[in-house]
Amino acid sequence: MTTKDKYKKVAYYPGCALEGTGHSYNRSTKAVGKALGLDLVEVKNWNCCGAMEVKNVDPKLQTYLSSRVMSIAANEMDMDVVMAPCNGCYHNLKKAEYDLANDKESVDVVDKLSKKAGHKTYESGQVETIHALDWIKDSIGEDGLAERVKNSLSGIKIANYYGCMYTRPRHIFPEKDAGPGSESTSKPHFMDDLLAAAGAENVDFPLKTACCGGAHTLSDSDTSTKLVLNILKTAKMAGADVIATECPTCHTGLEMHQIRAEKTLGVTVDIKILYFTQLLGMALGLKPKKVGVHENISDSRSFLKEKGLA
Amino acid sequence: MRRLAELEAAIDSLPGENDAVQQAEALLKVSEEVVEHWIMGRGDTPTDETREGFRLLALHRQGAKGDPSFNACRETCREIAYHYNLVTMQPEHGETMHRLDMMKMICNHLYLFISGKMQVAELGEFCCSSKPIRLAPEARKQTRKEA
Repeated sequence: MTTKDKYKKVAYYPGCALEGTGHSYNRSTKAVGKALGLDLVEVKNWNCCGAMEVKNVDPKLQTYLSSRVMSIAANEMDMDVVMAPCNGCYHNLKKAEYDLANDKESVDVVDKLSKKAGHKTYESGQVETIHALDWIKDSIGEDGLAERVKNSLSGIKIANYYGCMYTRPRHIFPEKDAGPGSESTSKPHFMDDLLAAAGAENVDFPLKTACCGGAHTLSDSDTSTKLVLNILKTAKMAGADVIATECPTCHTGLEMHQIRAEKTLGVTVDIKILYFTQLLGMALGLKPKKVGVHENISDSRSFLKEKGLA
Repeated sequence: MRRLAELEAAIDSLPGENDAVQQAEALLKVSEEVVEHWIMGRGDTPTDETREGFRLLALHRQGAKGDPSFNACRETCREIAYHYNLVTMQPEHGETMHRLDMMKMICNHLYLFISGKMQVAELGEFCCSSKPIRLAPEARKQTRKEA
């Protein structure tokens, strides 16, 4: 079976953020999948991937939590691909996969906890974890997407922001930097490729993998605000109208600190923040509400209307 | 070595009166000093070696040893080196001032990222890619046992 066929039906792991602050990412991912004829089967009774909190208390426990999600997909749903749109979930599942392939202690702990929890132990290699970008890029591709575009994103200048977890650490993403057609860890381009296929003009954005301070949002909000403000200003200076995101933590951080920068520092940067799935959805002819634009914190509706997308 | 606050002021003062190449060199020097602060804060001596022709990249590599979360600024350092090359190899290019402006923003990001990590004691341990350095091995085992 080709990758293209394999990705047409995948186990969908939305993760906690997509049921909360990232709800519009959840909505738009599902809507785009439906519009493209791709089948998402949500992982049954999924749990938190361990995010940052559990990892900082006990990384092996985090490995177990991520392995449970993959175990359900493989052993209870007979799926061989898990798609995680959230960078944190994607990163943690990939990390668990790596640890279970390379660290005996992780294997032992996961086995012990899986038995205690009463489900089959996940074994490395049972599933392939992919991001929403891989899913669309490899199942539909740029040409397939361009054929389906009903409302071109032409005239919209986009800074693509991937955040820090989509490519780091490099050793857990063996499929990246693997030659022509693969994703790059130093200059990722999958989101650029997809949005360009939908007609958008991508700007040269040097902070596409820079830290947004997401992990420090609560412990050190001022640093996060300054980091985000610098990202927003740089995107604006690069000529962008919109920052496209593919991570709920980054997205929420950019939106919240855009407002916080206005309130605490008196600095306004007029740039819209949208998930790449929202932009693709509208390019495919979906209404803004269908892709959750109304659920975003930053209001981009008048901009979208001006560009003929609303 | 200049203090962090002085480095911030140096970034803010650009672009100045000097020509583009001098300004790019000034930004590269500031970036190196910012990373030096991180390395010295961890009790090491900043390297004088270069990597791919840049001391900044060698310093970043040194700063990331034992702290994977520091890799979150790896591409930031590489973008500074890239913009330095753009400005110094083609100083007469029509985009040079824009490239300098972008280099300044990237340099500022590096400053914010590293100074933020330094301001909060052991901030790095809360970063997504970091290892939990707070817990002793015994405590970790206990946590798993309880789970």
